[in-house]
Amino acid sequence: MFKILKYSFFDLIRSYWSLTYMLFYLIVTSSLLYFSGDLLKGIISLSSIILILTPLIGTIFGIMYYYNSRDFTELLLAQPIRRKAIFMGQYLGLSLSLSSSFLLGTGLPFLFYGIQVSGEIWNFFTLLLSGALLTCIFTAFAYWIGLAHENRIKGFGLAIVLWLLLALIYDGLFLLSLVLFEEYPIEKLAIGATLFNPIDLSRILVMLKLDISALLGYTGAVFKKFFGTGLGISCSISALIIWVIIPVTGILVKGRKKDF
Amino acid sequence: MIRITDVQKSFNRNQVLKSVNLEITPGSTTAILGPNGSGKTTLLKSILGLVIPQKGEVYFNGKPTVGKWEHRKQIAYLPQVARFPENLKVNELIQLVKDIRESPGDERTLIERFSLEPFLNKSLRNLSGGTRQKVNVVLAFMYDNPLIILDEPTVGLDPVALIHLKELISREKAKGKTILLTTHIMSVVEELADEIVFLLEGKIYFQGSLTEMNALSQQADLEHSIAQILIKEAHV
Repeated sequence: MFKILKYSFFDLIRSYWSLTYMLFYLIVTSSLLYFSGDLLKGIISLSSIILILTPLIGTIFGIMYYYNSRDFTELLLAQPIRRKAIFMGQYLGLSLSLSSSFLLGTGLPFLFYGIQVSGEIWNFFTLLLSGALLTCIFTAFAYWIGLAHENRIKGFGLAIVLWLLLALIYDGLFLLSLVLFEEYPIEKLAIGATLFNPIDLSRILVMLKLDISALLGYTGAVFKKFFGTGLGISCSISALIIWVIIPVTGILVKGRKKDF
Repeated sequence: MIRITDVQKSFNRNQVLKSVNLEITPGSTTAILGPNGSGKTTLLKSILGLVIPQKGEVYFNGKPTVGKWEHRKQIAYLPQVARFPENLKVNELIQLVKDIRESPGDERTLIERFSLEPFLNKSLRNLSGGTRQKVNVVLAFMYDNPLIILDEPTVGLDPVALIHLKELISREKAKGKTILLTTHIMSVVEELADEIVFLLEGKIYFQGSLTEMNALSQQADLEHSIAQILIKEAHV
């Protein structure tokens, strides 16, 4: 697995796209820091970009990479190596290279602004963690969708719909249901519904850590009341890790029976 | 060496292999022929384990292989399309295969034979289709495997490379390797194959030697024999 991981990683990290992705974050993060001049404000503004963008880029890269490397996967499958090792190697190579572009692009400007000696270091770390986890979750879903659909247009469409659903539509529906059922005690339902969306979960994780009640939103507030800050953070991190495990298991199960 | 028993495979509603039974003896060179879509590649891929049959079993040296990977240590495979990761260099790709196989291969003589030295440090995306096919050939032949599977090996090669490839195959054949190949170029078959398996709509229509095949269709050469069979089948 590590052999495949190594080669996929080096193949991807040298691609033009990885560099562009890193440069994008470098520019955005530097300008946010430059204009706000404050680390905490920088983290807050950056979080709203990261929560939407890392899932999108993870989805698009994941599905593109799967379809682009299909013939190569075939070549690997003809070698004496377990199927599991090929798929895991490729998936990890992909999510690691995307995560490193993201971490470098956002990390370097903050280091330059002295995050390591400020009190915000753990807040920033939480933001990086949730961005990296979101990348892992969405590339895994995209890779899984690619494995399950031979038709590229269909696969691409499904992956984008998944992102759209979790990043935008889910929140709308959620809000709508809160308004519709406002006379009922729906706190538990709200918490449950949040656990079903990794993007919401990451948002709450970041906001809980930053401890900004104003930005927590309804679910965040409920979450905080229900779990308290410490338990809330560990719960959301564990839920996010479960969100990585689900599609990775999907890749393994689908990969075992797939014809090439 | 290979025994295929009652292998069936369908993709959605399209039944590609309908109960194929086949035995490949060690040291033979077998050409799998048939019109487009007759299941040649699917059959080769079932042996490799790239395609998993719905029914039946493929035995390699007496051991069942469906769902296993260890038997691939003894198989060299040249796939039909040669597409590789774009940003890797040729020598990195060769290194990757060596890493997976965990043993040194004999790539140097092959690289010389196909004059690939100038391309070793180039990214694979910058290579022409023919050059990629040559890289593909190097990857397939750099290990000393008892079974060699070639799926349309001649596609995209220039005449010089084609001659080199045929020499290479003859040399491996002389060493006593078992070779399985598909091709649409009948001269290659006539030159190299001792045995012919003719697939038609997912079934083995004929298995035997070249002369037997020509005798069956009462034609002078292989090209006409095959055409004769196809025309006959279309009229039935």
